[in-house]
Amino acid sequence: MNKKLRLLAYPYSVWMGIFIVIPLFLILVYSVTTGDIHDASSLKLSGESYKKVLEPIYLNIIKDSFVLAAASTLICLLLGYPAAMIISNTNIKYRGLVLVFFIVPIWMNFLLRTYAWMSLLSPNGFLNRFLMWLGLPKLELMPGQGAVLVGMVYNFLPFMVLPIYTVLSKIDKNVLEAASDLGGNKIVTFFRVVLPLSVPGVVSGITMVFMPAVSTFIISGLLGGSKTPLIGDLIEQQFISSRNWHFGSALSIILMVMILISMAIMSRIDQNNAQEGRKV
Amino acid sequence: MMKVAKKIYMGLLYLFLYAPIIVLIVFSFNESKSRGHWGGFTLKWYAELFRDRQIREALYYTLLVAVLSTVISTIVGTLAALGIHNMSKLGRTVVLNINNLPVLNPDIVTGVALMTLFISMGLELGLVTMLIAHVVFSIPYVILSVLPKLRQLNKHTAEAALDLGATPSYALRKVILPEIMPGIVSGALMAFTLSIDDFVISFFTAGTEATNLSILIYSMAKRGVKPTINALSTLMFITIVVLMLIINKKSDKGENLLL
Repeated sequence: MNKKLRLLAYPYSVWMGIFIVIPLFLILVYSVTTGDIHDASSLKLSGESYKKVLEPIYLNIIKDSFVLAAASTLICLLLGYPAAMIISNTNIKYRGLVLVFFIVPIWMNFLLRTYAWMSLLSPNGFLNRFLMWLGLPKLELMPGQGAVLVGMVYNFLPFMVLPIYTVLSKIDKNVLEAASDLGGNKIVTFFRVVLPLSVPGVVSGITMVFMPAVSTFIISGLLGGSKTPLIGDLIEQQFISSRNWHFGSALSIILMVMILISMAIMSRIDQNNAQEGRKV
Repeated sequence: MMKVAKKIYMGLLYLFLYAPIIVLIVFSFNESKSRGHWGGFTLKWYAELFRDRQIREALYYTLLVAVLSTVISTIVGTLAALGIHNMSKLGRTVVLNINNLPVLNPDIVTGVALMTLFISMGLELGLVTMLIAHVVFSIPYVILSVLPKLRQLNKHTAEAALDLGATPSYALRKVILPEIMPGIVSGALMAFTLSIDDFVISFFTAGTEATNLSILIYSMAKRGVKPTINALSTLMFITIVVLMLIINKKSDKGENLLL
């Protein structure tokens, strides 16, 4: 029976070959060639697309995407960690409710959530009317990087809180008691016990925020205007309007590599932490 | 003191999370077209929403693709998971690594890669290509939620069924399938939500032929204010909240699917 069941994997393997492997292979091929994409015989090996990536305007866009994504990840971590701690210390009776209220906003379509911020942040929007009413100066966030940052933090904050909460809620309360019995005050206990134990949650939170943030083109498209394109906008342009698939493919490969490297670094941190834990 | 500070902190975070949603809902009842000005209560944007042919069509495409891709990816994914579970270790590792690619890759890369494939194959972008794309990114999630259930399965129950004279297909239907059902159901739910919520991959694979709700909202939002989007958001949000509450209530007895 096992042998027969194994046959069931073959059709899907073919499907994966056609719809997962070949598309990525095509992107790789287009990124290192030039020529007419509709005529395979005209394709010539060339590093032109990657050379174009190194031009200052494009390098700057890549740098901006990286910096904005890193900044929003950091803000999510600083805002989300205390929230996760507060939730995990909430009375079990209300904890489910507190948590659900954190999750409900992500049930709303991503685009609509971002669109909602347009009405809040636009020059004559809600936030500025409120500030004017208080007699404060207007904020010129939208369109611009400030608004993009707000949009990223807003959209991805729950993805930081949830994994950290999961790890924190699993910490054995006896460990914390032991730490305080052994003379550790609250601050020492936090830095020497709670924080190291929560690293796996922090690591997956960082990955879950950084990855969509660095590759987004919706948030920057709606809140950033045309002044502050990110690498995602650039890829979209190359494939949709300017039709330079070679350059777009090179950018996609660079985005993939950026994400792979950051994921590798994060899993390294996770492993090192686990080893150190064992030593102690 | 600490307690009050914690409550204020959480209160501010909730304000941050809900302010945009509340503003959207409130302004869906706003008589005036302006985003910052309250011109009195009205339901006209809702009425306009139901008259709008474009929106009705987009809703139809969204639901059609979601239902079809859920059905296809659940069936194909479950069968594939059965096959993968019975593969040799090496084969399984290779297949699972490739299967994980759409999960790990950013949506935009999956989107442009599929678009490149479709156009290179000479396919016209439209409903069919969008449906294929949704099946492509949904199957991995179905497999990932069915496989753990297969691993928990007791090998001997299926063997016992065969020893007692069941045909292999009978044993599959009556012994294995009921055991892995929770995995199949959560995979199907995942596939459905992912499909309904997807924008990026649809955007690249649907062309100009089949506009689903996400694509329509994106183009409407880019073009500028239209209070009908507020009305649409409000209705979609309420539908999702009600749906999720029902699912949560139903799954209360067992494990909580969403948390």
